[in-house]
Amino acid sequence: MFKYLKQLTSLVAMVAVLFTFTTETMAAKKSKTLKNTQKKGFVRCGVSQGLPGFSNADAAGNWTGVDVDVCKAVAAAVLGDANKVKFTPLSAKERFTALTSGEIDILSRNTTWTLSRDADIGLTFVGVNFYDGQGFMVRKSSGITSVNQFKNGISACTNIGTTTELNMRDFFNSKGISYEPVAFEKADEVVAAYDSGRCDTYTTDKSGLAAQRTKMSNPDEHIVLPETISKEPLGPVVRQGDSVWEDIVRWSLNAMIEAEEYGITSANADSMKTSDNPAIKRLVGAEGELGAAFGLDNEWSLRIIKQVGNYGESYKRNIADTGILPDRGPNQLWTKGGILYVPPAR
Amino acid sequence: MNFKLKDLGPQLITVIAVVLIFGFFTYNAQINMENRGIDFGYGFLSQESSFDVQFSLIEYDGSHSYFRAYLVGLLNTILVSVIGIIIATILGVIVGIARLSPNYLINKFAAYYVEFFRNIPLLLQIFFWYFAALRALPLPQDAEAIFGVFFLTIKGLYVPAFIWENFNIFFYSIVASIIAIIVIRFQAKKLQETQGKQIPVFLISIGLIFILPLLSFLVGGVSLSFEIPQLKQLAATSFVYDGGLSLPPELIALTLSLSLYTATFIAECVRAGIQGVGKGQKEAAASIGLTPNQVLKLVIMPQALRIIIPPTTNQYLNLTKNSSLAAAIAYPDLVLVFAGTALMQTGKAIEIVSITMFTYLSLSISISILMNWYNKRIAIQEK
Repeated sequence: MFKYLKQLTSLVAMVAVLFTFTTETMAAKKSKTLKNTQKKGFVRCGVSQGLPGFSNADAAGNWTGVDVDVCKAVAAAVLGDANKVKFTPLSAKERFTALTSGEIDILSRNTTWTLSRDADIGLTFVGVNFYDGQGFMVRKSSGITSVNQFKNGISACTNIGTTTELNMRDFFNSKGISYEPVAFEKADEVVAAYDSGRCDTYTTDKSGLAAQRTKMSNPDEHIVLPETISKEPLGPVVRQGDSVWEDIVRWSLNAMIEAEEYGITSANADSMKTSDNPAIKRLVGAEGELGAAFGLDNEWSLRIIKQVGNYGESYKRNIADTGILPDRGPNQLWTKGGILYVPPAR
Repeated sequence: MNFKLKDLGPQLITVIAVVLIFGFFTYNAQINMENRGIDFGYGFLSQESSFDVQFSLIEYDGSHSYFRAYLVGLLNTILVSVIGIIIATILGVIVGIARLSPNYLINKFAAYYVEFFRNIPLLLQIFFWYFAALRALPLPQDAEAIFGVFFLTIKGLYVPAFIWENFNIFFYSIVASIIAIIVIRFQAKKLQETQGKQIPVFLISIGLIFILPLLSFLVGGVSLSFEIPQLKQLAATSFVYDGGLSLPPELIALTLSLSLYTATFIAECVRAGIQGVGKGQKEAAASIGLTPNQVLKLVIMPQALRIIIPPTTNQYLNLTKNSSLAAAIAYPDLVLVFAGTALMQTGKAIEIVSITMFTYLSLSISISILMNWYNKRIAIQEK
């Protein structure tokens, strides 16, 4: 009996190996994720459960934010229409499993790029669309103006499943302060708990603090402390193992940043086709064959710029004009004193 | 021979099918994980966890291992389940008996309680107790002391800590009184069976459990003092209580909602059990001169328990499993600490989820075994 069982399983295994082998060779020519996306007609994008400026849905269910714009850019490049995106709101805890299990194809959800995430759990970070750092928010009435005024016994509200939890421990340990971590699964619950007085401070990425502050019952009663306790480069993530798809997402983001660098906006993109600068002409598809490298046509980047806009436009629309972080800080182009610097599209 | 084959055939096919299905899923997961560069293994359990937990029964901080973090979560789950089961049982029995009370007010009050709490989803009740009810509590600096030593605030319940001297002597005195009670009960039973004499076992027991520990204080050198929580200022408007013991509001909200919810089901089990004992039993018992207390204790309850225990076991299991809803309100139970934070930090989804599932399975089976043993013990032995 067991002899046959063994033979049967090896047969099943052989068939499966053969099958994966044949599909793998096809994927070498054309990305499996790209093929699936084109077949479905929409990009499957994982976003946050509501973080103003990054990914937030309005009452009608329309998503906006700089993270949302990355997915829209990919949709514009791959499908020709920036609106062909299916957004899946995910908690910090669910996000990586949703990506590795294939429920979504891009995770664009204010996710910090770290070594262990990149190398260990089957993910690939494709770039940085927001340079951030962890900070603390306190009530103005507490009189605290610096993290140096924190004392033993302070309670800190935060999200579970984030780098925040680890940074917080490093920070309080290095200061020798005992603290009470109160970690919730959803950001809304963290805000509610902090707002009601359960915690003395609320800690997460500073952009997140600025965004969540707008959700408090009285935003003016809270301040974000000046200190930054960590590096948090936030960026889109894809599954490991599909290098073509990885390139498409990476260069969709890069195209937006480079477009800003060359002054190409959604308004003037078409007229830039006749520019004298070959770098600009390449970005709007009037010169070179850049799209062919990942199986797209030549106007992929033109569509991104026309439909989504360049990085600066996206930032202004989502983060500056909404009053979350009017100052671009490090998220300014390298030519203007920031650290946004992308490899050339050529 | 033929008969045997007919009997074995379907079972054999089922076994093969189960093995094949399991094999397929394992194989599939293996291939997919390999393709995505995820390695499988339980080695991470000994690594440093590097995250802290709000509330722990054992000594723990981020420098301990992931396995230690698992124990922290498991103990917190067991803690909330045990407290929940005790409160739910006491409340359930009281309400169940109250529903049979001839007093209109008590009867109706119990009925409304049951219908109200069992018909609202548990998660909503947890949110209600945590975000609505407990949020209305005062800030630490505004809290009024209860009996001068307890402080119920939005940051939790602060109670005095016990500071023992010669605690082991006190502990032995309790053990000694429990042993004495068991011996006396045994003797009393024998006395009644052989000579028909009754002695007030209950009163003697109460006396023993008080007198022996009291003696340990008077002559054993045991002393107890309290450390009362003191208000401590962190910043202009932010305060906390220092010293004493603190129970986080998350634990209070979770225990409260789990017990109030489960007690309704236990109350119905108790009512069904008591009503399931024939009326004639009660009348017959009364007619041979037993007092109402004796009727309940010696005739009704032993029979009712047989009906009450099996469905109540289900409720205990439900409560234990429902405690995993803790993650919604930041109570650091097994799901939040291990299947939440630890899973996120390591990315070992399959390993951690399998351990968590196996743990809940073991917990539930232990409760079942315990309750089945009790059920067998109280079952009527047919002669």
